[in-house]
Amino acid sequence: MAQAHAPQFKNPVVKWIDSRLPIFSMLDHEYNQYPMPRNVNYLWAFGAIAGIMLVIMIATGLVLAMQYAANTNIAFDSVERIMRDVNYGWLLRYVHANGASMFFIAVYIHMFRGLYYGSYKAPREILWILGVLIMLAMMATAFMGYVLPWGQMSFWGATVITNLFSAFPIVGDPIVTWLWGGFSVDNPTLNRFFALHFLLPFVLFALVILHTAALHVSGSNNPLGIDPKGPQDTVPFNPYVTIKDGFAVVVFLIFYAAFVFFAPNYLGHPDNYIPANPLVTPAHIVPEWYFLPFYAILRAIPDKLGGVLAMFGAIAVLAVLPWLDTSKVRSCKFRPIYRQFFWILAIDALVLGYAGAMPAEGVWLMIARIGTAYYFFHFLILLPLLGKLERPLPLPASICEPVLKGGGRVAAGAHAKPMEKA
Amino acid sequence: MAQTTHPPGTGAHAAPGGEGTSRRDFLYLATGAVGAVGVAAAAWPFIDSMNPAADTLALASIDVDLAPVAEGQAITVTWRGKPVFVRHRTAKEIDEAKKVNLGELRDPAADDARVKKPEWLIVIGICTHLGCVPLGQKPTDPRGDYDGWFCPCHGSHYDTAGRIRKGPAPANLVVPQYAFTSDTAIRLG
Repeated sequence: MAQAHAPQFKNPVVKWIDSRLPIFSMLDHEYNQYPMPRNVNYLWAFGAIAGIMLVIMIATGLVLAMQYAANTNIAFDSVERIMRDVNYGWLLRYVHANGASMFFIAVYIHMFRGLYYGSYKAPREILWILGVLIMLAMMATAFMGYVLPWGQMSFWGATVITNLFSAFPIVGDPIVTWLWGGFSVDNPTLNRFFALHFLLPFVLFALVILHTAALHVSGSNNPLGIDPKGPQDTVPFNPYVTIKDGFAVVVFLIFYAAFVFFAPNYLGHPDNYIPANPLVTPAHIVPEWYFLPFYAILRAIPDKLGGVLAMFGAIAVLAVLPWLDTSKVRSCKFRPIYRQFFWILAIDALVLGYAGAMPAEGVWLMIARIGTAYYFFHFLILLPLLGKLERPLPLPASICEPVLKGGGRVAAGAHAKPMEKA
Repeated sequence: MAQTTHPPGTGAHAAPGGEGTSRRDFLYLATGAVGAVGVAAAAWPFIDSMNPAADTLALASIDVDLAPVAEGQAITVTWRGKPVFVRHRTAKEIDEAKKVNLGELRDPAADDARVKKPEWLIVIGICTHLGCVPLGQKPTDPRGDYDGWFCPCHGSHYDTAGRIRKGPAPANLVVPQYAFTSDTAIRLG
């Protein structure tokens, strides 16, 4: 970044504005010259993909909000009106509903990328914590958005989730009444959820700006997990990464469009096309897929308060991850033992997700308990210990060295050469 | 001359003897404290506006006429957005509820403690497990192994006093606050 110098703009208007508000210099510095490690792979595109998803969600959400009515008497019908009568309403709603799932897919891959390559380690702790806050804000937004169509799953999902707070002693019930604005999930609840569902994406946007600002202070991590040693280890963001991210975004959008056009309700639940009825419970209440691992943790603990604490703890433990992982080596490439446990964690998350979708009985309850135990064991016991016990593989001297020398950890004399090439 | 040893900033405006520094500190603290109280006071209307409004509270109690409910029948009324089960129990049902040995109950409660008049059982119809609405109000519904209610979600069985007998639910069906306003009418809430 030290090499970046102030650009000379030719356009006199741009020049005039830039000398008063250096917005063009800033854009040039952060998105044109910004040095990216030359070895980043396609997993690094998921940050950009998640950003695009946020923009799509805000754009579709804005026009949907112009047609939606947050009143228990007409909310369900207003959504059906969007589907049947509003021009392209069906498209906008399916893009928005499936977009939530796509946003979570992008963010979860982005997070596992960070876990695998140690992107949360110094000096990127605040960057990572901002990411965890973004995930929390996303979860709150998605949950409240799912309540808005006022179908059976909307109503009963809201009932179950808001009831979680009743697990806290003494303050629990007043908090739940306060959240509801009444004595059950009802019109006041729907109204405030709509207001918050509209507000939170902008909070999310602000968090994303901070997340990006923090990223651009430390610079991007890379698959080797070592810092760039100089310009020979990096490429300018534009055109190299803009093109690479752009291609990844297009591929991702094809995957997204396949859901929107060919299986728009695949990720949803049919019960949500039944209008909410406070007197009839659906036989099997399940949250959306992206909450399932956390739902499994909630139900795995036989105690109500314990389950709630474990579920929130599962997210809180991520926030302190930079201090739980005691290893100084970032990338899993050089941590042969941790690498195996990383994959166990990934499988554990999938198993928890599957168990969360199953009834909390018999073998599934047992599996959810084992999965929950491993989740906390991984973060609270394994990571602090492994950093001390594991012997990492030798790190390459620089990013460009293994690339330009065929991957070998070559002799010290080779270091100078790539400098000249760059 | 003593104040010249103070670091710049604190000593600059201080009165001789250092009293000014502590006075200023006190003013800072006092201003901060008053400010915090002011912010809290200003925040309260925002927070409290989210609590149940007057019209919601006005619906917090309802009157129910029990006269049309014949023996053996049950009705469901909505109170505070929740279903309330009102069952006119038969002599056999009352007898079943009374005969239970309290020692074998998960959530021990005598039948007398759960009703005001033995023939009328009034409970909130929400399973204490995960908030589902149990079956057993209609004559065609399954009533579970104990002739009360059966929750189809996770298989909890409730008896004729609404007590949990079998299945995952931790507690009995909740008895709401109510009073008999006449022999055949109650006020819920």
